[in-house]
Amino acid sequence: MTVEKSAELPEIVFPTPREILFRRTVRHKGFLIGAAILVLIVAVALLAPVIAPHDPYWQDLDHRLQNPVWYADGSWDHPLGTDNLGRDYLSRLMYGARISLLIGISAMLISGMIGTSLGVVAGYFGGRTDMVISFLITTRLSMPVVLVALAVVALIGGSLTVIIWVLGFLIWDRFAVVIRSSTQQLRGIDYVSAAKAIGCSTPHILVSEVLPNMLNNLIVVATLEVAHAILLEAALSFLGMGVQPPLPSWGLMISEGKDFMLFTPWIIAIPGVVLSLLVLAINLMGDGIRDITAPEGRS
Amino acid sequence: MSPILEVRSLSVDIPLSAGMLHAVRDVSFSVRRGETVCLVGESGCGKSLSALAIMDLLPPRARRRAELLKFEDVDLMHIGPRAMADIRGHRMAMIFQEPMTSLNPCYTIGNQLLEALRRHRKVSVVQARDRAVYLLEKVGITAAASRLRQYPHQLSGGLRQRVMIAMGLMCDPLLLIADEPTTALDVTIQAQILAQLAALQKEFNMGLILITHDLGVVARVADRVAVMYCGEVFETGDVTEIFEQPLHPYTQGLMECIPIPGKTRPGEHLGAIPGIVPTPIGQLHGCTFRNRCAYAHDRCRQSDIEMVAVSPGRGYRCLLDLEQRRRRMMEREAS
Amino acid sequence: MIAYTLKRLGLALLVAVTVSFVTFMLLRFSGDPAVALAGPDATPEEIEIVRVTHGLDRPLLVQYVDWGRRALQGDFGISPYFNQPVEKIIGNRLSITMTLGACALSFAIVLAIPMGVLAAIRPNTWIDRTALTVSVIGQAMPSFFFGLILIIVFGVMLRWLPISGSSTWKHFILPAVALGYYATPAIMRLTRSGMLEVLGADYIRTARAKGLRAGKVLFKHALRNAIIPVVSLLAVQFGFMLGGSLVIETIFAINGVGFLGYESISRADLPMVQAIVLLVSMFYVVLTFFSDLLNAYLDPRIRVK
Repeated sequence: MTVEKSAELPEIVFPTPREILFRRTVRHKGFLIGAAILVLIVAVALLAPVIAPHDPYWQDLDHRLQNPVWYADGSWDHPLGTDNLGRDYLSRLMYGARISLLIGISAMLISGMIGTSLGVVAGYFGGRTDMVISFLITTRLSMPVVLVALAVVALIGGSLTVIIWVLGFLIWDRFAVVIRSSTQQLRGIDYVSAAKAIGCSTPHILVSEVLPNMLNNLIVVATLEVAHAILLEAALSFLGMGVQPPLPSWGLMISEGKDFMLFTPWIIAIPGVVLSLLVLAINLMGDGIRDITAPEGRS
Repeated sequence: MSPILEVRSLSVDIPLSAGMLHAVRDVSFSVRRGETVCLVGESGCGKSLSALAIMDLLPPRARRRAELLKFEDVDLMHIGPRAMADIRGHRMAMIFQEPMTSLNPCYTIGNQLLEALRRHRKVSVVQARDRAVYLLEKVGITAAASRLRQYPHQLSGGLRQRVMIAMGLMCDPLLLIADEPTTALDVTIQAQILAQLAALQKEFNMGLILITHDLGVVARVADRVAVMYCGEVFETGDVTEIFEQPLHPYTQGLMECIPIPGKTRPGEHLGAIPGIVPTPIGQLHGCTFRNRCAYAHDRCRQSDIEMVAVSPGRGYRCLLDLEQRRRRMMEREAS
Repeated sequence: MIAYTLKRLGLALLVAVTVSFVTFMLLRFSGDPAVALAGPDATPEEIEIVRVTHGLDRPLLVQYVDWGRRALQGDFGISPYFNQPVEKIIGNRLSITMTLGACALSFAIVLAIPMGVLAAIRPNTWIDRTALTVSVIGQAMPSFFFGLILIIVFGVMLRWLPISGSSTWKHFILPAVALGYYATPAIMRLTRSGMLEVLGADYIRTARAKGLRAGKVLFKHALRNAIIPVVSLLAVQFGFMLGGSLVIETIFAINGVGFLGYESISRADLPMVQAIVLLVSMFYVVLTFFSDLLNAYLDPRIRVK
């Protein structure tokens, strides 16, 4: 039988990987919302010295516990009111962003280095080394993080640096787990490709498939651990074993405000909502990155 | 004898982001008691979807339409889902292609077999168990009573498929639909299972719809055949008629692709049908086979092709009959 | 089966040793317990006397081994604050924390699993989107903030529930919600994704083909399979709740082990802190073992021969 060429098969144009990623990114509402909020908060944090209306440490003792501007007795001089020592809440909020972001990112970097190193070593060498490191991970997972962090900070003394290092040395577990499995994949490819006769060479598979995959996972975990660190610092500061006064950590602001929260609920609501928004934004972005780079994981 | 199942002009549409997929179009056939009807065609030609449409087991976004879908004098298109659930597994049963994943891994074989019966009939556990053992032995499973306590993962693929068949028969259905029941099994087991099915069908006097892509299977078990392509039925007829005098160019092409004992000479090249199956999305006109057909001409692109009825149960969907095609071939060779 | 249990037991022991060792060293290195014990106004001589009397001048390793030896016999030391055996104090408070944890877990289950199932049955509808939104917001709010909000709304403004103490069952409601909601998103998402995967499985199609009614297909067949990883997650989450109860107990003035831990840290009651950390980690190890057993029980495919 002879072939009559079909007249309807159109020219198939495949989009490039970059185009695919871009298209997915702009369509992903969660990622965009998260990114927008995060950009806003980061901008405020960076510009705080310039745009904050007052010095966050200056105590205006004549205007203590002033209501925010949407109350009858509020004023635009202190748009979000003042705390029990008369400090402008809006300014403290802005400077607080710097603290949260600084601690979040620093702790993530430290824990990332620890966890990634452990994960790579465990995944690459396997065998007994893997057993030992997996045991370390299990041990770390079984320890109550808040309790241990509290204890250490309480004994050493709370400060920004101490918090960062303590958190950094405590929250590396997810990094280790994820990087370990990615590295194991990498190792597996070595043996597999030796046996298979594929068109692609091993380095090509590594570079085009495994390494990008590892990088994607790493970015997702890093994002989520920033949020994790921020929440932990807030909890520690709330309990009084974190950032010390008069620094405007949001957790500390909630703790200082809780004695007055029954009179003006805003005093805890404002830092609490902003804290939640920051964590929400980071989580949305982390989930978004995961969806965008590997949508097969989604339902 | 009147048919137990009558399908007339069945269609299934699935909305996709690229457009509406007309997966099944104008499919008609009927099944009588004790008769085996084979739906044969390539992968993706819509034969499984047709069966799922009859059972009302289509995926949620799919829509079915039919001029007539009658089973045992019940209009299946217009009964509610509860009434359909009463018929399913009871008067009409279906078994599927992948025995490895078709059984729930968390429950014993016995649990799942008994469930099939006790859903539809008021029988005691003991009675149900007896029936299950009886059927397991009928499908060729030894030590049937102890098998009831086993879990699916403890059985091989062939055994699981036999269990599926037994499960389909628990309520003594009038019609059994088997969707490629042997495709996922070893070749040696395939023949056994098919023989089992045929024997059971004769014994219980069921109607059997066997869906397959393997013409060898069709030759073995079919009484009547419907050849499907790209969602449509291209030809229907008795199995001997289809094999000895195929009326549609596609069926002819298929016959040339397989070795037929007695006809194909040793060392002879088998045929092939060049080209690929189109995807029936969006507006369709004309014959979907024309890009691969040796006899295609302009009219094949324009009109919707109807089934030409040669005799009851025998028809083909082509604008040209055998005589016209022969003339075209001669014209072609001349030019 | 026996070999497996023994292996897990050995692992648990190893974890216990490691955790207690790390905690011991951390606490000793972070500060001088003699200073903490002697009090803020103590003179250097008084601190030295305290150091010697408590054996804090010996090499660290010796101190640890001594502690470990006694711990194996059930003696976790005397709390310098209560002047009573540590294990007795903890024992009194343990049931409260366990009750709180159980209530919190129940709350999370009752909220998350039905939401997950519903979201899976109707994917990409408003139900699904609401569930996902609620879960995403839930993971962003710090638990202490949520606890405070609950206190303001339900305790003070509406006056429906008590906000401190642990005398009646009502006292556990708000803390349980505050503790449990954080686990809800993870449970809901796992239930949802598990159900979505299972609902597309072949054996569900078989169940429908048998004519089983929708409810039976959903619960007997689908959920039964989808719930297996969720059960494991629940066990682990319970462990996290026991460890994380500290903040909630402190806010709601619940006299449990978490609150005890917080106070002990403030008071530099090191034997107590040491014991509580060990206790929580042991619970976690036991719970993960338990969850593996549950897994094997629920999934016939992975049962050890």
